[in-house]
Amino acid sequence: MMPTGLTVHALAERFRRRELTPSEVTRAYLSRIEALDPQVKAYLTVTADQALRLAAEADARFQAGAPRGPLDGVPIALKDVLCTRGIRTTCGSKILEHFVPPYDATAVERLLAAGAVLLGKLNMDEFAMGSSTENSGFFPTRNPWDLTRVPGGSSGGSAAAVAADMAAVALGTDTGGSIRQPAAFCGDVGLKPTYGRVSRYGLVAFASSLDQIGPLAKDVEDAAIVLQTIAGHDALDSTSVDVPVPDYRAALKQGIEGLRIGIPAEYFIEGLDPEVEAAVRAAIQVLEKLGARSEPVSLPHTEYGLAAYYLIAPAEASSNLARYDGVKYGLRAPRARDLIEMYSRTRAAGFGAEVKRRIMLGTYALSAGYYDAYYGKAQRVRTLVRRDFQQAFERVDVIAAPTTPGVAFKFGEREDPIQMYLNDMFTIPVNLSGLPGVSIPAGFTMAGLPIGLQLIARAFDEATLLRVAHAYEETTAWHERKPGLEGKPR
Amino acid sequence: MTEYEIVIGLEVHAQLLTVSKMFCGCSTVFGGEPNTRTCPVCQGMPGSLPVINRRAVEFGIKTALALGCRVNVLNRFARKHYYYPDMPKNYQISQYEEPLAEHGSLEIEVDGALRAIGIQRVHLEEDVGKLIHEGNLETALSSQVDFNRAGVPLMEIVSKPDMRNSAEAAAYLRGLRAILVYLGVCDGNMEEGSLRCDANISLRPKGEQEFGTKVEIKNMNSFRNVQHALDYESRRQARTLEDGGRISQETRLWDPDRAQTVSMRSKEYAHDYRYFPEPDLPPLQLEPRWVDEIHATLPELPAARRHRFARQYELSPYDADLLAQGRGLADYFEEVVRVHPKPKVVANWVLNELLREVQGDDDKALAACPIPPRHLAGLLALIDDGTISGKIAKDVFEKMYRSGEEAQAIVAREGLRQVADTGAVAVVVDQVLSAHPKVVDDWKSGKKAAMGFLVGQVMKATGGRANPALVNSVLSEKLSRL
Repeated sequence: MMPTGLTVHALAERFRRRELTPSEVTRAYLSRIEALDPQVKAYLTVTADQALRLAAEADARFQAGAPRGPLDGVPIALKDVLCTRGIRTTCGSKILEHFVPPYDATAVERLLAAGAVLLGKLNMDEFAMGSSTENSGFFPTRNPWDLTRVPGGSSGGSAAAVAADMAAVALGTDTGGSIRQPAAFCGDVGLKPTYGRVSRYGLVAFASSLDQIGPLAKDVEDAAIVLQTIAGHDALDSTSVDVPVPDYRAALKQGIEGLRIGIPAEYFIEGLDPEVEAAVRAAIQVLEKLGARSEPVSLPHTEYGLAAYYLIAPAEASSNLARYDGVKYGLRAPRARDLIEMYSRTRAAGFGAEVKRRIMLGTYALSAGYYDAYYGKAQRVRTLVRRDFQQAFERVDVIAAPTTPGVAFKFGEREDPIQMYLNDMFTIPVNLSGLPGVSIPAGFTMAGLPIGLQLIARAFDEATLLRVAHAYEETTAWHERKPGLEGKPR
Repeated sequence: MTEYEIVIGLEVHAQLLTVSKMFCGCSTVFGGEPNTRTCPVCQGMPGSLPVINRRAVEFGIKTALALGCRVNVLNRFARKHYYYPDMPKNYQISQYEEPLAEHGSLEIEVDGALRAIGIQRVHLEEDVGKLIHEGNLETALSSQVDFNRAGVPLMEIVSKPDMRNSAEAAAYLRGLRAILVYLGVCDGNMEEGSLRCDANISLRPKGEQEFGTKVEIKNMNSFRNVQHALDYESRRQARTLEDGGRISQETRLWDPDRAQTVSMRSKEYAHDYRYFPEPDLPPLQLEPRWVDEIHATLPELPAARRHRFARQYELSPYDADLLAQGRGLADYFEEVVRVHPKPKVVANWVLNELLREVQGDDDKALAACPIPPRHLAGLLALIDDGTISGKIAKDVFEKMYRSGEEAQAIVAREGLRQVADTGAVAVVVDQVLSAHPKVVDDWKSGKKAAMGFLVGQVMKATGGRANPALVNSVLSEKLSRL
């Protein structure tokens, strides 16, 4: 197998046995990016020189017999919403097209400290607002399984890069499903950790109370390795929680005998793609064969989650994005006559339509006289959604459901924003509740498009989540299938 | 003509004397090259997050307890939104519905009458940066922004609308400042902006319960300006009402040069701040034990000290008040009294002589004073034992202040020892009497005022060193024998 097809743990093993060096693998990735990315368009920035330098440093550590751990020398890539010192960080937006942060995000710092080799920064929906990467301020990313279809979003670049073997693993962010949905669309493992598990310091905020960083990986063990590295309390993020980080890789091997799996009726509704439903139900049967017991659970407030989310997230976004005003960094529209004109021209030119839509929604929701009816009520709904999960988790250990109602759609197919928003109806309640969720490959449609199985666990119980995902993965081969891009014409 | 009652409430912003900023580790030291005391957090860089400064919270709690507030063990930060280039994030992290503390009061004394002014709330927030315009705001071709001050901790103390005239407002502000300085949480400097005051003022017919329309006044950077601005504004409002006009709710700026308030923005342009709970900071849960510990360490506060000074040292309320205003000055006074237990004399010297020289009455000013309390006590002892006269002592005091020397050394070197020898004084008296026969005649013919002139001549001839009591008795005796 080409080195770019290897998982992180397989790479680590080859490095250890001196069968491959980080430099060889990094060069292989860089040439694969050069060959394939013109079709996929996952990367916004490729940092080839720095990657080769970091790889050479990793080579030296292996030669000296002192590698740093399972990520040492492993080529990774980052969603362009994570700050990287000295490397531009655009958030997929024209307004930050030339913004170069003076610091690394905590998660990035931890990956680099573990020896990871940064290949570059990945495309995304502008400020992580979207489900298709069509909202990128620069260009859309294509789904490696079908270049006429979207890779999902907002971490579409991350999902596509991992699926197309243009990075061993990538970081994405998930505010309403932005890791899990593109992972499902591209056949990756996509993990959204518990809110507070991974520091948000250096993650450019979309909706602060919902955003969380997580890996998009080729398999569950890789996701566990990355989570192990980036998880844990950070003094720079007051919302990161100081609870012990268990050994995730050790947890993978424990099996799922006797585990109780909840099946929420509210996630199997009209409008769910029959092929997706069939694959998810088959996956649940696989889990039962492995010794888990399934039982129905009810999450009655699920249907209100989407509406609550589209008040809370835009409200926070309208506030978080206020700083992009042309004064300090990023775009400044020229020839403004006064301050107000500079503000409005800069923001008119710098932000795309979806970002503007959400800023307006959020501004309205927080306005005097509307706050209680919109933002206040949405917060009360959020509490109800969270309570649904709490009650369900009194009876079950994990909840299994589809990640998305359908599979990857064609470009331009979801022009109505509401239709686009509906894509995230199964992932949003997990963010509203702050819970960990993972999407893993669970089959393909007749047309050959990946289907995602979503697993949800109790807060800070990523170990159980990954354990179930791993047990499923061990008895299936979906994650091993590759999109076969090489044969496709450019 | 209707008689109006003035209703005043004050909002005071105090810069806290913490080492680092409210939400990051940057230095709070004033000045420095622009934007050198900044980091991603206080510059509002994408991806940066705030972390609460524990010391700022401690200072807030201290102040709240000193003002008798109820400290909310669960309180919360909120975002306050408006666009301005001096604000890095275009929102300010402040507190709104759940402030640090509420429901306190501050006792003030005006014309001998005591009144309690209610404190509505005490909350914490971050300061903004500073704009530097080329020329003035209206004509500047370009402006620059310095974020060194952005993120410096501010404490906002909001009074209830309990003050009824500008004197009460000034007394409240003085009292509050004294407490802040006593606690060491703020340096209290209004001119430099580390203590800022905005006022809300309205008028209502005497006896009316409903409040009138209020006007907010900003830009009063001294006690005097606060009082002048409120006097001006209450007259302006009274005149408007008497002329049958209506007060519009607005913000007005005090213009000290023209001595008037000027309209800045009316309510139609009032901001909708779109407050909502700061999602980057979990609610601030205070350990009740920590609050108790802070309570236990509160120093004796200005009001208590003022009362004790008046009682224990039998000082006038006025002197006690002045002495207790600043913790440094009050400590200094008590230090001197400990060595020289004549409180009234010490009070006079501290208030009249010392305060003429020392700039300010806080710890810092008094610590820099070249006359330590022990030296002042030494000087007063020299007056007491008759070594020097009170008049000479004032000259010695000035020399002590300039040189840092002790009184004893100056008196010895400059031969300022008082002439208390009857024989020596008698010789000078004889010379004066023979040099001024006409004055002596005047005295004989009953003009008793002539005595004063003769005493003055004797003092002059002795360079002020003669003991005045002795001069009087020798002179009286000699004149009566003439």
